[in-house]
Amino acid sequence: MTMTTLAATGALRYSWLLLAFPVFGAAVLLAGGRRTDRWGHLLGVAMPLAAFVYGLVAFFTLLGYPAAERGRELHMYSWIPVGSFQVNIGLLLDPLSISFVLLITGVGSLIHIYSVGYMATDAERRKFFGYLNLFIAAMLLLVLADNYLALYAGWEGVGLASYLLIGFWSFKPSAAVAAKKAFIVNRVGDAGLSVAVMLMFAEFGTVSFGGVFHSARSGGSGVATALGLLLLLGACGKSAQVPLQSWLLDAMEGPTPVSALIHAATMVTAGVYLLVRSNPILALSSTAQLAVTVVGAVTLLWGAIIGCAKDDIKKSLAGSTMSQIGYMTLGAGLGPAGYVFAIAHLLAHGFFKAGLFLGAGSVMHAMDDEVNMRRYGGLARYMPVTFVTFGLGYLAIIGFPPLSGFFTKDGIIAAAWDKGGTSGALLATCAIIGAGLTAFYMTRMMLMTFFGKPRWQEAGPRGGAEPRTGQPQPEPHMAGGSGGSSPRASTAALHPHESPGVMIWPMILLAVGSIGAGAFLITGQRFQSFLSPVVGVPPVSHGVFTTAGYITLALMAAGIVIAWAMYGRVPVPATAPRGSLITNAARRDLYGDAFNEAVLMRPGQWLTRLSVYFDGRGIDGLVNTTAAAIGGTSGRTRRVQTGFVRSYALLMFAGAGLLVAALLVVRL
Amino acid sequence: MNGFPWLTVAGAIPLAGALLLALVPATPADGAEADRRAREQLVKALALVFSLAALAVVIVIAVRFNVSGPDFQFTESYSWIPQFGVHYALGVDGIALVLIGMTAVLMPVVILASWHDVPAAARHSVKTYFALMLVLETMMIGVFAATDVFLFYVFFEAMLIPMYFMIGSYGTGPRQYAAVKFLLYSLLGGLLMLVAVIALYVQATRSAATGFHGSFLFSELVHVSLSPAVQKWLFLGFFIAFAIKAPLWPFHTWLPDAAASAQPGAAVLMLGVMDKVGTFGMIRYCLELFPAAARYFTPLILTLAVIAILYGAIVAIGQTSLKRLIGYTSISHFGFIALGIFAMTTQGQSGATFYMVNHGFATGALFILAGFLIARRGSDRIADYGGVQKVAPLLAGLFLVSGLAGLSLPGLSTFVSEFLVLVGTFTRYKVAASFATAGIILASIYILWMYQRTMTGPVRDEVAGMPDLRPRELWAVAPLVALIIATGVYPKPVLDIINPAVRATMTQIHVTDPAPPHPAPAYLNNTTAYLKTAHPAAAQKGILP
Repeated sequence: MTMTTLAATGALRYSWLLLAFPVFGAAVLLAGGRRTDRWGHLLGVAMPLAAFVYGLVAFFTLLGYPAAERGRELHMYSWIPVGSFQVNIGLLLDPLSISFVLLITGVGSLIHIYSVGYMATDAERRKFFGYLNLFIAAMLLLVLADNYLALYAGWEGVGLASYLLIGFWSFKPSAAVAAKKAFIVNRVGDAGLSVAVMLMFAEFGTVSFGGVFHSARSGGSGVATALGLLLLLGACGKSAQVPLQSWLLDAMEGPTPVSALIHAATMVTAGVYLLVRSNPILALSSTAQLAVTVVGAVTLLWGAIIGCAKDDIKKSLAGSTMSQIGYMTLGAGLGPAGYVFAIAHLLAHGFFKAGLFLGAGSVMHAMDDEVNMRRYGGLARYMPVTFVTFGLGYLAIIGFPPLSGFFTKDGIIAAAWDKGGTSGALLATCAIIGAGLTAFYMTRMMLMTFFGKPRWQEAGPRGGAEPRTGQPQPEPHMAGGSGGSSPRASTAALHPHESPGVMIWPMILLAVGSIGAGAFLITGQRFQSFLSPVVGVPPVSHGVFTTAGYITLALMAAGIVIAWAMYGRVPVPATAPRGSLITNAARRDLYGDAFNEAVLMRPGQWLTRLSVYFDGRGIDGLVNTTAAAIGGTSGRTRRVQTGFVRSYALLMFAGAGLLVAALLVVRL
Repeated sequence: MNGFPWLTVAGAIPLAGALLLALVPATPADGAEADRRAREQLVKALALVFSLAALAVVIVIAVRFNVSGPDFQFTESYSWIPQFGVHYALGVDGIALVLIGMTAVLMPVVILASWHDVPAAARHSVKTYFALMLVLETMMIGVFAATDVFLFYVFFEAMLIPMYFMIGSYGTGPRQYAAVKFLLYSLLGGLLMLVAVIALYVQATRSAATGFHGSFLFSELVHVSLSPAVQKWLFLGFFIAFAIKAPLWPFHTWLPDAAASAQPGAAVLMLGVMDKVGTFGMIRYCLELFPAAARYFTPLILTLAVIAILYGAIVAIGQTSLKRLIGYTSISHFGFIALGIFAMTTQGQSGATFYMVNHGFATGALFILAGFLIARRGSDRIADYGGVQKVAPLLAGLFLVSGLAGLSLPGLSTFVSEFLVLVGTFTRYKVAASFATAGIILASIYILWMYQRTMTGPVRDEVAGMPDLRPRELWAVAPLVALIIATGVYPKPVLDIINPAVRATMTQIHVTDPAPPHPAPAYLNNTTAYLKTAHPAAAQKGILP
């Protein structure tokens, strides 16, 4: 690392404000209860906005320093001091963390604003904003912490916020189950991260970034490999990477702004942050790096395949998120060649995926919460702004030049290509195929939603897989506990309409990011030189157009054409056709859940039942049998029991007598 | 060293309260209903006032406690049975102090929460129930404050009696069975300990450390040198008593029955405070009196602890009753505490001690809230609930926070203690710690699944009319939740009290923490020091703090 760390001075001395704003918002909104209902959403929007404004100040303050002095630490207080285990709460502001701060507070603020409209009719909107602010606070702690344990606190904190928000409509059993599943699967990853932190302390006697990175070099590759793999396990949980991917699709049970903010733009990218932040450890272990790239490559295909088969617009986007994070993970495993593109893609993805989700939410808003794309069609005419912003997000994600994804995703593909050798060729192949699949499923989504004949009128009674009764409704109050069986007339005529301004403007701003973020970051190596003090400089530097890039563009075009042939040229059937073997597998999330159920859940249930039985009959049975044997018949046992207090008193006396006797014996 | 007897006063206040309660005349048989009510109200208010007074005294003690002072403070010592060297000797180190603090905090909470817990048809009166609670508090303060092993034993045994009546007379379901089982187990352990106590005295009479006079004073007994074989036997005598009390797997089967049959308040006192005497005894007596034996048995105990962590959690997942579920989670938590104690590292023991306090608050809050639920619905079965979150959001919200404390979420105090236990264990026993870490996954399953089944989903008809928390109930639980959050965000004040005592224990048992093989320079752990070392020039220019 060429960067050194200095104390936070000047404006940066107040960087604790970044945490204080959203913590204050969450505390007031959650502890204040119904009293804050009337203005709660305004406070909820103001807090991340304030944090964003301060984030900008901090960003420009950092820019004002020479590149080598852009790491600034703010010590807040001593958190857990026990013996040699001394953990502080401290903030590290450097190019990497400030990039995340701007993403989290910037995109976060836009999504807060959007939610004012989206959740307008929800009786518990205030609580929703409380949870969102809690999320922002935890996420900022995650990226700003200057040591692994404080990072872990933020890490689990975002898990909590995610749990609360997926289950926001927890009167729907499916939402409650999805929330619990997300938390538990994440905990598996968290356990990995937790053991990693323990290993750091056991080996290096510290958990601070500075200390760990310093000592990792002398720790040898064995320790580095173990650490790298444990951190990867943590990243897999949080970022929904194979094999801990199964929770993300269910997480779409949450309100759509949550899907946009937490399950697309920010929280699910925390795993990538963790890996990139730990780059000095990864650098010491080629095994760990290889594992990271393999996980990334497998997941980017896995998610893309799922995205191709889903008819639920949010689940298709969720598969896409999984896939795009797979690209970032792949980039994070490629060393200095990939870090900058991984983070650039992460930022660009934050814009276009959040925009796509908000667009999907806008469509659902217009379509009475229908999520099945087979019941959409021809919406471009009715929702021009949503169409255009969604379309720009679409072009950005498939990597259409010169929009964002073209610069950032192709950078990762090129870096994999440059890696060389068998592994490089394989990884690059996966990444290029993934790009083709991305173009296919995104084109499919565009065509099914915005083009073709409107299918919502002919569809008849709604048979959507997921009636979302908790979503904004004409009625002022939700159907309370009777959720799941909405009384709304399902055959009522739909009148698709554009969403209100408070929802439109965030979409427009995100679309601007979708267009320009990639070009802004990558051209002129702007982002590379900004980030290089933290992650180093790529060994090879080349122009925007590479061989890999041309192949990628060709496959992208092929994906578009195939999608058009299947969903544009011919009408889309309103009910899903039977599909091939692989389509069906993809519709069932490539059997991820079936696998978990067969390998983990069923045996776990048996183990639980067996243990409960054993506890009642085994240990306790043994004790009771012995007691009965000593007491003779049950009748005598009962007699002993009722007169037990007396017996006990007697025994106490006997004991005391014994004691006195013994004392006398000894003394005499 | 006999200044103002703060500890005696703290312990005597609840006892005085109990006596005063006993003086409130019982309602005459032909007494009016209103009269009976008024007397009950008076009794409860008196109990609350006395428990708050005890809390106030304990707060004074905590404030006056000098963290850099001697190991034992507020010492009192009076010869009690001079022939046998028995003393009425009290004193607290940091470990005992935080446990007494926890006891004193939980008591008013439990009294408030138990306001209506005495069923109208019970054989015994309301005043007896609350008097028993206050007597129990005296015993529990005594057991933590005793620095004479004989005195400790007396309190250790005597505290069973009020609890026996609280379960057996005021409990629910098969309460007699549960109470007797509780007593039988405890009695067995107590007798084993009694034998060990006597033997220890016998050994002390032969030791120069006590001037061949024999003594029960802890301060003198730690200097008595014992042969390895004797150490092992005496260790086992104490340890089994504590393992039953704590309880540690496989001595645990009395606990779920007792927890399920006791009223929620009594269960909180039992799980939260009484059982801590077991783990407190392990760290104070098992380790310090018999260090060599403790080291000898460490592998066995660590194995049992890890089994307890995983086994308790797995069985908890399979429970269908709220109270039994929480009872089994405690078995898992006690496994963590034992793990931390016998890992024999500073982090493990400080973590275990802090864990005892946090478990008291977190499980206490969870159990009390479960009690509120049960009182409303009239059922302990998880399957009888559903959708409570919609009708009683405050109750559900606090239940969730308490549950999250049970699964050790960062930001809550339980995380600090659990992570300290794990990291402290990991530095010496990597495999045991890694297995124990699986417990955090299981914890998320038993807590969140319980929450899902009771609080989420469509509102069941039976819970539709359920009222949210009343002010009294909120006042009972809110302080606990506030403490859990406050000491999770800023645990340093509590850790500062615990750490010196743990350091003294480590010194006494001649164990030092394992050193990291590749230590980072110390300055890298401390931002300010690091920056000054790394940038001397900047420091001179005043850019640095």
